[in-house]
Amino acid sequence: MSLNVENATVIYPGTDGRPPTEALQQINMTLDDGDFVVSIGASGCGKSTLLNLIAGFLAPTEGQIILDGSAVEGPGADRSVVFQKHALLPWLNVLENIEFGLMLQGHTKEARNTVAGRFIKLLGLSGFENSPVYALSGGMQQRVGIARALTCDPKLLLMDEPLGALDALTREKAQELILQLWHDTGKSVFFITHSVEEALFMGTRLIVMSPRPGRITHEFDLPFSRKFLDGTSARSVKASPEFIEIREEVLAIIFADEEAV
Amino acid sequence: MSNTSNENEQKIQSASNSLLSKLTRERPTLPGETYGVPGSGNTVLLSLTTIAILLFFWWLITAMGWVKPLFVPSPQSIVVKFLNIWRDGFTGSALWVHILISAGRVFSAFLLACAIGIPLGLAMGMSPLIRGIFDPPIEFYRPIPPLAYLPLMIIWFGIGETSKVLLIFLSVFAPVALGARAGVRSAAIEQIHAAYSFGATRWQVLRHVILPSAMPEILTAMRIGIGFGWTTLVAAEMVAATKGIGYMVLTASQFLQTSVVIMGIVVIAGIAYLFDLLMRMIERKVVPWKGKM
Ligand SMILES: Nc1ncnc2c1ncn2[C@@H]1O[C@H](COP(=O)(O)OP(=O)(O)OP(=O)(O)O)[C@@H](O)[C@H]1O
Ligand SMILES: [Mg+2]
Repeated sequence: MSLNVENATVIYPGTDGRPPTEALQQINMTLDDGDFVVSIGASGCGKSTLLNLIAGFLAPTEGQIILDGSAVEGPGADRSVVFQKHALLPWLNVLENIEFGLMLQGHTKEARNTVAGRFIKLLGLSGFENSPVYALSGGMQQRVGIARALTCDPKLLLMDEPLGALDALTREKAQELILQLWHDTGKSVFFITHSVEEALFMGTRLIVMSPRPGRITHEFDLPFSRKFLDGTSARSVKASPEFIEIREEVLAIIFADEEAV
Repeated sequence: MSNTSNENEQKIQSASNSLLSKLTRERPTLPGETYGVPGSGNTVLLSLTTIAILLFFWWLITAMGWVKPLFVPSPQSIVVKFLNIWRDGFTGSALWVHILISAGRVFSAFLLACAIGIPLGLAMGMSPLIRGIFDPPIEFYRPIPPLAYLPLMIIWFGIGETSKVLLIFLSVFAPVALGARAGVRSAAIEQIHAAYSFGATRWQVLRHVILPSAMPEILTAMRIGIGFGWTTLVAAEMVAATKGIGYMVLTASQFLQTSVVIMGIVVIAGIAYLFDLLMRMIERKVVPWKGKM
């Protein structure tokens, strides 16, 4: 799997007399097999727009998105999306929600059950297969969303603030879970977050974006997720001096952007 | 003596207090309910009280002779009339025949309107082409009272069943189609995107996301639609009908049999209400998730 975003520019047309918004300007980015790229930046800097480009929901005004040698033209099963919220289907129970993608792709009931069963176990949802999704806690709903995205064995997982709505404790647990899944399945991930700590902890690479027009201003290679997967505990990774140093650096960049607005 | 009356007063006061506070205070909900949902809460007691009070005033003004029975017959006389007609029939047909005929007209029109209106409404919501074509005619005829185009129906389709059912059909069709059309917008964009990102086709998105999420609005539209159907019944049975509740009401009014008129109205209301209860039950069964996500 290799993804190339080449000189992508997105301009939303202005409506009702407002000027057009240049949401992304000349974005260049690559994402290779096994990469965990995290995007962070002030609100409105175009992170979701970039994710929508990669997912194929949105076409760039200029430039192109190349996935494995061919241009992205619309959404596809090789890229699964985990949304922040509102994406589960309340008329289906937990199992049916997780099987949703497989069902759309026409897999048999047995095949669906085998795959879904694996991810139900992996994400700690055993015993809730028949629960209605609206009766689950926010953290569990998010895990259902992640399980659903994983069932179709996508090459690339796209996550738009998947943990934004969770409490601190559930959030840390979910971070570890996603890292473990990423490690075990070898997927590539594009991940959006507002939390600098989360960004640094999870990613192998961080892209810092800046608004009006949206562009990538800084990039960092990150070692911390590897350290966690090698056995260092999450808290001690996050409390290490190198972590704190780079955290402050990134925070300073983002705050400067916020003030410039 | 004064002691007990005092106590009684207190009891009454505390009872009325608790009723009042029950109705006005915001309490935490029981587990399984959602706090602060606007308008939640049980209204059976209040509704029954209202009905009882209305009946009482009705009875009062007739029993005191404040209005002539020709204008407002007493509640008892309505019941007696009902029993009489139930036993002897009206203009040669048993009451249940009238009821069955009318219900048949309304429900066949309703089913037809749902069978055509729901798919068409969904199609209008999904496709600008179909919306562009069907929006003007539906919006044009929707506000016209059925009585106004009744003569046309009769000129075009005669005085048989066709024009009657068609008139009711038209009054049900517009609200059902427009409800289904609006329901298309119910799905969250994330739900639709999720389906597409699994490689779903447009048809699959319609079938597995748009349609289920539109169900609450469709069911509501069906409830509203059949209400319009009952409203149109009397108009539909105005011409050349020899059976039906609407016919019964109209004929009785010509002979100033006010009690039959009111009895017919109550029967129509009763059937409509029972059907609405049924629809609400179906709603709870089909869309238990309504408003929960
Ligand atoms: N559909 C749209 N039409 C017009 N402008 C839009 C549209 N979607 C986004 N924008 C604008 O594009 C810019 C980038 O939006 P985007 O949603 O990508 O930001 P974001 O980085 O995801 O923000 P947040 O962190 O708040 O989610 C914003 O200024 C926004 O107002
Ligand atoms: Mg966003």
